[in-house]
Amino acid sequence: MAEDKNKLTRRGFIARGALGAGLLAVGGGLGGLLASGRSRTVWQIDPDKCVQCEKCAANCVLDVSAVKCVHAYAICGYCDLCTGFFQPDAGKFVPGAANELCPTGAIKRSFIEDPYYEYTIDESLCIGCGKCVEGCAAFGNGSLFLQVRHDRCLNCNECGIAAACPSQAFVRLPADQPYLLKTRGTTESG
Amino acid sequence: MRAVVIATMLTAALGAAYAAERFPPPEFTDHALPAPATPAARAAWLDYADAAALAVALGLASWLAIKRRSRAGIVALMAASLLYFGFWRSGCVCPVGATQNVALAAFDAAYALPWTAAVFFFLPLLFALLFGRVFCAAVCPLGAAQDAVLVRPAAVPAWLQQGLGLLPYVYLGSAVLLAGLGGDFIICRYDPFVSFFRLSGSFEMLLLGAGVLGLSAFVGRPYCRFACPYSVLLRWASRLSAWHFRIAPDECIPCRLCEDSCPFGAIAKPTPSDAESRAAGKRRLARLLALLPLLMIAGGALGWAASGRIARSNAVVRQADLVLLEEQQPSAVPADEVTAFRKTARPAAELYAEAARARDRYAVGGALLGALLGLAAGGRLIRLSVRRTRTDYEADRAECVSCGRCLRFCPRERARLGKASAT
Repeated sequence: MAEDKNKLTRRGFIARGALGAGLLAVGGGLGGLLASGRSRTVWQIDPDKCVQCEKCAANCVLDVSAVKCVHAYAICGYCDLCTGFFQPDAGKFVPGAANELCPTGAIKRSFIEDPYYEYTIDESLCIGCGKCVEGCAAFGNGSLFLQVRHDRCLNCNECGIAAACPSQAFVRLPADQPYLLKTRGTTESG
Repeated sequence: MRAVVIATMLTAALGAAYAAERFPPPEFTDHALPAPATPAARAAWLDYADAAALAVALGLASWLAIKRRSRAGIVALMAASLLYFGFWRSGCVCPVGATQNVALAAFDAAYALPWTAAVFFFLPLLFALLFGRVFCAAVCPLGAAQDAVLVRPAAVPAWLQQGLGLLPYVYLGSAVLLAGLGGDFIICRYDPFVSFFRLSGSFEMLLLGAGVLGLSAFVGRPYCRFACPYSVLLRWASRLSAWHFRIAPDECIPCRLCEDSCPFGAIAKPTPSDAESRAAGKRRLARLLALLPLLMIAGGALGWAASGRIARSNAVVRQADLVLLEEQQPSAVPADEVTAFRKTARPAAELYAEAARARDRYAVGGALLGALLGLAAGGRLIRLSVRRTRTDYEADRAECVSCGRCLRFCPRERARLGKASAT
């Protein structure tokens, strides 16, 4: 400990230079990125890419997936015989577990006026399997579709469903525009 | 009536497979259409709260480790961080995972790096450049979880510690490659603790978490030392740190009392006096320097060879493989990836070309990664063979996480606190 503390050794000089360079790099990187001011992103499903593979129900980190079925009522035909509601081989077109596609009975069918029926989703029951979406897309107007519900989504850095999605339908959206809803006349939107 | 409906339906289905509005939506006169609910995403101000919490916790950890020198304070902050960043924030976003966001942003111009990820990635590095690994000491929830269960630390032999210490380089390199080229975030997927923080997860991940926590009872912070990819960056920053946690408050009287107190093998001992001859040291250094390019070439070749396998983690490559397989041997129920591709109505050749380009990128990336890992391994061998004369017991700036366990063993520290007379 006899050496002069103020004496700058060669090793000390290099270390100090490296520290300065490191501070400059980290500070510059942080400052540059903050200046560009990107908002946080959230996960969402592009309904146009979705193929209803049912992986949304199983791959979410939550016990019951954050993905739920959403109904774009403006597109719905209000059909008596809804192919998103009834099993293809349903014997009678009346509600009931044997006739419904939904494994949890989350879709409610209510009479509006002859011959129209309205289909509403009880999100507390929906598990995001997309069986109804598949039925609706196959023979109906495609008014039922899957969306990540942001009151439930934990917004994991790597979404477990996005990693498993076979159609690369999971996209990152700015947190202030977190949905890709279907609207009438177009399948795009937001 | 029903027959008509069914007939209409079938024609509609046959006519235009994907046309919308097969059944024109009715115009109701006295029924208002409900609007689909759109619950808002997490409020923006909570992001600011997270960033502020990180900054405050890092500042507090630096003060506790360097100025206040209080193990009790560090333990308290560790518990608070475990609750806030671990259980309350469900472990997301964290600096370890944010590394991948930064890598993705660096490779993919279309990806906009959220500012929270930037702050979480850079702030702990900035603090490490100034004060050492204070983030590891008391802010990281992963570190805190392991530290909390460490009851009977066993010493890891130096050769094993140095060897396993190369794993974080492998993990970091692979994570950057996979995140940058495919948006695949393996650090998050194989985070052993996140399922505990969320109290849900797959059986495999819970098992892995339980395994790592069980191991943490006997081996000090195994994830931090032998896996954590972010630790590579923190170690480098901490080596350069302007101020760093010290064992003795003022002057080390090499009393050996702290020698075995560190469960992480982070205390550098004074060098023995029976040093080998200078000539022997020089010869060894020359041999290792000659070995360095060989290690890099071998690593590069291995990375190149493994790149085909690694490329399969890419969604496009996987899809192209499945579409090709389906083309060669059509199956009754095609894979979902194939269905998804057919829905896009793109020509298969376009997909194959895209996949081939991706494979090329993985080949170059794999070779580069292998060469860099060779450099890391060779560099470590060289660093270990260079002798620096040391007379004191010091915290190894790279290994030390500033947890403050050794303070209790230092007589100079006890004298400072007035608990023992100065010797």
